[in-house]
Amino acid sequence: MRYLPLTPEDRKDMLAVIGAASVDALFDDVPEAARLKGPVDLPRRATELEVERAFTAMAGRNLSASTAPFFVGAGAYKHHVPATVDHLIQRSEFLTSYTPYQPEISQGTLQTLFEFQTQVALLTGTDVANASMYDGSTACAEAVLMACRITKRQRAVLSGNLHPHYAEATRTLAKYMDIEIEAAAAVPGGLDAVSDAITDDVACVVVQNPDVFGQVHDLGPLAEAAHAKGALLIAVFTEVVSLGLVESPGAMGADIVVGEGQSLGVGLQFGGPYVGLFACRNDRNFIRNLPGRLAGETVDADGRRGYVLTLSTREQHIRRDKATSNICTNSGLMALAFTIHMTLLGAAGLRTMARLNHERACQMADRLAALPGVEVLNSAFFNEITVRLPKPAAGVVEALAAKGVLAGVPASRLYLGKGLDDLLILAATETNTDSDLDALEAGLKEVL
Amino acid sequence: MAMNTQGRPSRPLHTHDAGAYTDTFSGSRGLDQAEPLIFERGRVDVTGVDLPEPTGAALRIGGLERTAEIGLPGLAEPETMRHYVRLSRKNYAIDLGLYPLGSCTMKHNPRLNEKMARLPGFGDIHPLQPQSTVQGALELIGELAHWLMVLTTTPWVAMSPKAGAHGELCGMMAIRAALDARGETGRRRVLVPESAHGTNPATAVQCGFFCDEIPADATGRVDMAAFKAKLGPDVAAIMLTNPNTCGLFERDIKEIADLIHEAGGYFYCDGANFNAIVGRVRPGDLGIDAMHINLHKTFSTPHGGGGPGSGPTVFSQALAPFVPVPYVVREGETWRLVEHEHEAEGQPFGRMVAFHGQMGMFTRALSYMMSHGSDGLRQAAEDAVLNANYVLARLRHVMTAAFDGTCMHEALFDDRFLKGTGVSTLDFAKAMIDEGYHPMTMYFPLVVHGAMLIEPTETESKASLDRFCDTLEGLALAAQAGEAERFTAAPRHAPAKRLDETRAARTPVLRWSPPEDQPQAAE
Repeated sequence: MRYLPLTPEDRKDMLAVIGAASVDALFDDVPEAARLKGPVDLPRRATELEVERAFTAMAGRNLSASTAPFFVGAGAYKHHVPATVDHLIQRSEFLTSYTPYQPEISQGTLQTLFEFQTQVALLTGTDVANASMYDGSTACAEAVLMACRITKRQRAVLSGNLHPHYAEATRTLAKYMDIEIEAAAAVPGGLDAVSDAITDDVACVVVQNPDVFGQVHDLGPLAEAAHAKGALLIAVFTEVVSLGLVESPGAMGADIVVGEGQSLGVGLQFGGPYVGLFACRNDRNFIRNLPGRLAGETVDADGRRGYVLTLSTREQHIRRDKATSNICTNSGLMALAFTIHMTLLGAAGLRTMARLNHERACQMADRLAALPGVEVLNSAFFNEITVRLPKPAAGVVEALAAKGVLAGVPASRLYLGKGLDDLLILAATETNTDSDLDALEAGLKEVL
Repeated sequence: MAMNTQGRPSRPLHTHDAGAYTDTFSGSRGLDQAEPLIFERGRVDVTGVDLPEPTGAALRIGGLERTAEIGLPGLAEPETMRHYVRLSRKNYAIDLGLYPLGSCTMKHNPRLNEKMARLPGFGDIHPLQPQSTVQGALELIGELAHWLMVLTTTPWVAMSPKAGAHGELCGMMAIRAALDARGETGRRRVLVPESAHGTNPATAVQCGFFCDEIPADATGRVDMAAFKAKLGPDVAAIMLTNPNTCGLFERDIKEIADLIHEAGGYFYCDGANFNAIVGRVRPGDLGIDAMHINLHKTFSTPHGGGGPGSGPTVFSQALAPFVPVPYVVREGETWRLVEHEHEAEGQPFGRMVAFHGQMGMFTRALSYMMSHGSDGLRQAAEDAVLNANYVLARLRHVMTAAFDGTCMHEALFDDRFLKGTGVSTLDFAKAMIDEGYHPMTMYFPLVVHGAMLIEPTETESKASLDRFCDTLEGLALAAQAGEAERFTAAPRHAPAKRLDETRAARTPVLRWSPPEDQPQAAE
């Protein structure tokens, strides 16, 4: 087997040194009845070429985003990632290293995490950020738990326009922790009634911006309403590129900001691995309650600047059942990809990229609005909009897919049985061309 | 004097004290290049990405334009490349050398797997595309699920957990849901051996349980008398790592499973060490109810400096009805995703995450599994165990093995061999850095004083193990010979000397700030 360097002679010599009669003897502690005598019922080893053939065949049964006019968003977005990013994250020293527990030989990972934390804080308009979470949805759920710890309250209210997967992940994580989760009803293209649900016992309000329907909101009034009741505002985003054009959640009054970083550096990858961004204001109590890893600056024995994982008394490997979260592995390599892409862009590039996204979405909105029977629901949006179609969107999307056009996400896929069957959520990015819009428009004309 | 063919001296002319010029004008040390933060190198008006010029059309973002400076510096592409390549060289990596972190399983990461994950049909598809356009992706998830269920002989697997700890949460939530379905509101105690990973108790608490520690016996395994004494009507489950974190197989595991079931509880197995037994032992045969599998350990998806991981969790029939959405089902020739709780057949406890799990890790893991096949996986487990036992056998005369007998995939030593030398486990580990090795796992498990947990993995050759053992033998003898300074001043040959972790925690600096704003951060 090509990955196993031991030869039969090596094995024999090593057994002699160990003083064992056979490899089987090393498994003597396994109960006799549970020892398999031969290989399990699965195919035997395969060559590289055989594996490549099998994978290529499976991959060929998928329609990849770059081969179709593509307007799918709702939590994951197609953006162009510079080739430099993928090259750098495949450097052995980044790809094949572990969590940086030994800082003397992990400064590469630690310094990039420190850069990542700073970039996330700047982007979100907050003060500090952690070294990443699994993804946006788990970051959202952990933010709710953190808000409950900080406020010592056990109730959270969610906007109805929060991505339903995020809402479900939050409900699930809170389910057995005596935390009550209340959610407002969705209001596509508008503002839901979450503000009315804020009472004195609410730990936090969770709102997404732009929301799952693409609508952009001023979070200021909601922040005020939350703070007036002693609750925290948790702002969520699924499209990090929006932060290059839309006012930052921190500036609008959010206390904790979480979101998905997939748009920068990571790629679509059918939903994972992605990278959860987690940031908050600079408050001792907040920082002590953060989940996950934190990289911090210090000096080495020569007085030279260096970085370490820090404040680990919050974490499971030290605090065990008193930890702020059970998270151990985070999304290190995806955080690196994010940071490299962000470094290539800089604020100037991010602003341009955000503008290009918005302008494409404006063109898309105008062309869809001109179609008979199609209504654009958004008054303010970034790169994603929701339209009402004259028939169920799921069938329309399937019919367009058959024509090779990936036209977006039917709202019913996220809100099953909630009466939103005629709504279609579409995203446009800098990767869309004029001919993509032509194909979308022509396809919809035929299908509707 | 030795001269080369150009008449240039080929060895140093002088042998004077090299210590006289340790400082350099540049701050670099040869190939170890000093590298500032991007915030000190880049400029906010520079970008390394060429983009078309926007038209400047009016914005439709509700008047919420971000006008203030964002403050993110950019770097041109060559500068970006150099910045991160320079940083990368300050990292140790499995591709550089043996990485003996016990319980972490740092083994070779085949590049075939990287190539497969990047096929556009896997890397460039959206999780919410119509299912008819991603049949190959759903098939891959189904195929990987099949391999995992066969290797563990279990009837169900939840694929969506994002990492090992997330898989633990998945398993323990299913247990909680099953107890709730039985109306068992009094079962909240979870038995956890004191040698357990910290994630175990942290997870149990997130499911509304509290933990009760079981001590280890003299052989490093669950103390059966203590375990039996703790069984009762309030016990929800036991969380047991097997092989355990001492690198030992729990001999009484079937009895433990039977007893916990008789007492009305469930058996959660932490599968972090499944790599030791894959292909030779099926956890389903041992009576487990749930077990997560770290694809980044057993099936070699890269650790990436701390993730991403992936933690599919297998279930017994008793817990299968409670697994979370989403999951894939096969209907004839078609694969279908079940994404909503009320579409599911059982009573799912919920949804753990957006979308369908770590697809990028699924492709890599399946590529690894198919490459090995049933025979290769079995061989991998055997070689992992053989390599660990070889290290144990070669070193136990100079270092002190924590327990008698053989081990599974990792060898555990304690610090008795350092007694009276003035060298601690930490010092010993840092001296390994000077020798070109990443240290082993230190001070874990907690049941052993000054623990050193060495996991060589199956992808080390005998020659590599011999060099490693020779080195550790040399270090152990040096410590015993009174060369304490070799250890306490280590590492000397690393990109950084020992770092002041106390200072980092006392005055946290968690981000860069412009010089005029310093000092910052809380406290």
